[in-house]
Amino acid sequence: MTDTTKLTSSTVQNPVLHTHDVTVDYSGKRALNETSLSFESGTVTALIGPSGCGKSTFLRCINLMNREIPGCVVGGKIVYHDINVNTKGIDTLWLRKRVGMVFQQPNPFRKSIYENVAFALKSHGMTKKEELDERVEKSLRAAALWDEVKDKLRDSAYALSGGQQQRLCIARTLALQPDVVLMDEPCSALDPIATFAIEETISSIARNGICVVIVTHNMEQATRVSNKTAFFYLGHMVEFGDTAQIFGAPKDQRLNDYLNGRFG
Amino acid sequence: MTAIGEKTVSNKSESTAEVVGVSPKRGIERRGQIITGLCVTLVVVLVVTLIFMVCSRGLATFTKDGIPLGSFFGGTTWNPHQNGADGVPLVGALPMIVGSFSVTLLSCLIALPFALGASIFVVEIAPGFGSKIFRPLTEVLVGIPSVVFGLVGLGIIVPWMRGLVGGTGYGILSASIVLAFMILPTITSLSTDALAAVPNSYRDGSYGLGCTRWQTIVGVVLPSALPGILTAIIMGMSRAFGEALAVQMVIGNAAQMPQGLFTPASTLTSVLTMGMGNEAMGTLPNDVLWALAMVLLIMSLVFILIVHLIGRKGAAKND
Repeated sequence: MTDTTKLTSSTVQNPVLHTHDVTVDYSGKRALNETSLSFESGTVTALIGPSGCGKSTFLRCINLMNREIPGCVVGGKIVYHDINVNTKGIDTLWLRKRVGMVFQQPNPFRKSIYENVAFALKSHGMTKKEELDERVEKSLRAAALWDEVKDKLRDSAYALSGGQQQRLCIARTLALQPDVVLMDEPCSALDPIATFAIEETISSIARNGICVVIVTHNMEQATRVSNKTAFFYLGHMVEFGDTAQIFGAPKDQRLNDYLNGRFG
Repeated sequence: MTAIGEKTVSNKSESTAEVVGVSPKRGIERRGQIITGLCVTLVVVLVVTLIFMVCSRGLATFTKDGIPLGSFFGGTTWNPHQNGADGVPLVGALPMIVGSFSVTLLSCLIALPFALGASIFVVEIAPGFGSKIFRPLTEVLVGIPSVVFGLVGLGIIVPWMRGLVGGTGYGILSASIVLAFMILPTITSLSTDALAAVPNSYRDGSYGLGCTRWQTIVGVVLPSALPGILTAIIMGMSRAFGEALAVQMVIGNAAQMPQGLFTPASTLTSVLTMGMGNEAMGTLPNDVLWALAMVLLIMSLVFILIVHLIGRKGAAKND
């Protein structure tokens, strides 16, 4: 690992994360062709495309979650702070602490609200109660959940609504103080009001300097929350640019068709 | 389309009659209802009469024969053919109750670590091996008759105990080990199911936070599967508690207060199988055996009740 001063200075100008010719094969079958993208701090990048286009597959490469799937091979370079993490020797635990992930279905653990946030902190060696209390509060505030749950931190996370559970999952991720947060269709299981709350949360964590990458089916959502958008189609990354350009003046014919509802 | 339309028109009068009148299928439906209803009634009647019979005979010990509850549940000497100093027959069931509970708890303690370890291995570490080889194997183990376990106990464990600690080799520990073998597959397969039922999204969530596999298993998977694992333990306990033959073969069958793990003892079930054929119906020695059976029955009902309570609590937590 490089020294920290170099890391912080490089985040201002350079992308916090970029991929170079990343490919994914499931048991020899290609799911994603060479994809090169870069993501900057404080921006929200949306990955859009029809089902099965490889956008979630790509997202799951970034924190090496695909390594948990038997038969999945990821090729190319995934560079996080000048370190290629797609190598055998990389410490996936170290990476996933810094590159957090929020899933499609809210998946809080069968624990109290407090323990859901504190679990990973404890796993990573934080033991002092004051430190834990402080970090839990800070994370819940960052996920805009604190005011709703501060009086019932010891209640089961399952007593929360779906949207609150999803914000709890965001809080749980933020607790580890990542600088990249990956979100895999975080609102697809939620109603419009809960979706709105999550989108607010996404914007606010991006304002705090975190790089957010979000997979979404909902194109209005992409226009609302993202600065950049990448369009995936049949395992190819087709077009990448500013969100306004992607939706306002698409260059590729397939993207144009997709936006006009001709397929997908 | 036209063909169907024409047909509808031509059959109009008939179909109206079908709708208004009695459907020809109704007779069949009624017959089906009656047959399945009778099956249900049979099962219910069977269970109710069984409980009623065991309880009425068992309670005769206290009502007809006038044995005080205290000397049955608290007495430590079992010899129904003799009267004690106070004139009350010596029917203290405490040695058997203690024996039953000790072999049940001990066998669970022995089996549980192995069962849990095995199910963690086959669910979390080697799922392919688990579904292809291990599960069929445990199913075979579940099906082995208890007398076979008893024979193995008699042929291997009892001599081994004899060599290890001296004495006869018969006793509570030998019985517990045999029972542990017997309930191991039950606990293993049920707790495997419980672990496999934990949604993968929980594991993803934990891995996504950079937790190790071990942290994920201990911190996320096991707590989520706890109701199922508790159910597995209780099912194992109820099987151990009710097992008669294998226990009787290795426990030594001395109806006395257990002195230790290595001396002969007896359980409710072993006394029942030893004594039931030898006593005349309606006599006191026969009645007290029914009372033992009643205790067994009540205990198994309690086990089932606990399983249901755990299930309901688990379900409530899921909501």
